[in-house]
Amino acid sequence: MTAPAEFAQLFTGLVLALLGATLVAAALRRWWRAAGPENIIVETVFARINAWWAMVVLLSLAALFGRIGVVVLFAFISFAALREFLTLTAKRPADHWVLMFSFFVALPLQYVLVATGGIGLMTIFIPVYAFLFLPVLAAVRGDTASFLARIAETQWGLMLCIFAASHAPALLWLDIPGFGGKQILLIAWLVIVVQGADMAHFITPRLMGRTRIAPGVPHSRTWEGFIGALGTGAVLGTALAWITPFAPWQAAIMAVVVALLGYGGGMVMAAIKRDRGVADWGHLIPGQGGFIDRLDSFVFAAPLFFHLVQFFWTVG
Amino acid sequence: MLKHLLAHVAGHGLVLFVRMVTAPRAIWAGIEPIPRQRVYFANHTSNADFPLVWAVLPTFLRSKTRPVAASDYWLKNRLRAFFGRDVLNAVLINRNADNRDPEEDPVARMIAAVDGGASLIIFPEGKRNLTEDPLLPFKTGLYHLARARPHVDLVPTWIDNLNSVLPKGEIVPVPLICTVTFGPPIHIAPGEDRDIFLDRAHRALAALNKASET
Repeated sequence: MTAPAEFAQLFTGLVLALLGATLVAAALRRWWRAAGPENIIVETVFARINAWWAMVVLLSLAALFGRIGVVVLFAFISFAALREFLTLTAKRPADHWVLMFSFFVALPLQYVLVATGGIGLMTIFIPVYAFLFLPVLAAVRGDTASFLARIAETQWGLMLCIFAASHAPALLWLDIPGFGGKQILLIAWLVIVVQGADMAHFITPRLMGRTRIAPGVPHSRTWEGFIGALGTGAVLGTALAWITPFAPWQAAIMAVVVALLGYGGGMVMAAIKRDRGVADWGHLIPGQGGFIDRLDSFVFAAPLFFHLVQFFWTVG
Repeated sequence: MLKHLLAHVAGHGLVLFVRMVTAPRAIWAGIEPIPRQRVYFANHTSNADFPLVWAVLPTFLRSKTRPVAASDYWLKNRLRAFFGRDVLNAVLINRNADNRDPEEDPVARMIAAVDGGASLIIFPEGKRNLTEDPLLPFKTGLYHLARARPHVDLVPTWIDNLNSVLPKGEIVPVPLICTVTFGPPIHIAPGEDRDIFLDRAHRALAALNKASET
């Protein structure tokens, strides 16, 4: 894969933007520290900027190795996310084969399907084959205590951490007229829109106040955050229409759709965390919890984005 | 010499392997990882418990920390003996009270190790817990050790999730995340009754289980 010109421009732009953001955040932190104790908002923004650096560097490095590099990167992300997820799901000793199947068969096979361009099989392997095979594997072991909860939670983990996540690298195999070799830009666009919306969801309520969406939902879910996330996603997505096969108005609609899904994904994963009584999914990324904490919205948005692009933009 | 080098390499390999499989996290809740002589007493569900606690300790603590382990398990073959004796530097004790020399007394062995400057990892339940109970009653070894060396910190150490990584009878571990929670140290009070002390230690350890669930 030769890097398209847009990739170099996007990369330069992102690095400059991140440099600027890092400098501003460092200055803010300095100013705040002089005034008093550490400020939790500045620290969180700092951690998120560092996560952006990591995403830009990792995705660029992976892209240097072509499509396979990107597939391997997402396979590792899936692995880390699945480990975090299945650590918290219901399981019993009799689920050991199911867990072995999830980590050592389902995950590698799904990414082999992606890497070999087996897109048709990739989209049904986990929802059909794994879905039907997994409960059989559990039933064979004979332990029926909370059987349905065990297989349902495991299957949900596979769907989210493997199936949904693998749609991001699968974008590289979409055949879009006039866009050959540039599909990596679709992943970049999706990451920027979803993560930008995610960050706006965090910052907007702190700047503009909080009106809870509904009583009962967590206090972090506010109208300000919701509108800020969708607005930021739409602006970023439209501004970056030049790296996509979308016309600006199409990019705006796509951006709102993926920002909406990302927002919903964040809510769903937060609900699971509350149910399981944990603050974070893991501890792999210092200061930000686990992989799932950072990628929940992206993972939710990836499959639908894939199918919309496939449906409206590909040939055949 | 060669064996020593090999043990060193195997030790690092073991730590790396444990870290890759279990992504373990040490939670220091009410105690700091500082170089003090300590007896870590932990719940015991899996043969990988030793390597796990050992792997989450910082390097400067790990080199001074010796697990207390059953000789009938760790001397069963040469590979186990290599890992038990040379890599983990375990204090090997004979669990079979009917069939041992007086000089093999487990408590005397542990006291000797403590006097040699080592920290210890012990499993006061005395065997692997394969029941649904989170924690079995303690054996008396912890009490005798505490009585003999009352100045040493006794650190409750809760190992979580390892039993899902490698349930009994399975061979291949699955990569789930494990945590090891170190709680505030306890000490025996002057003249404290054996059962009262053991009950207190038991509750200190069980409390970490509940803490790790919230």
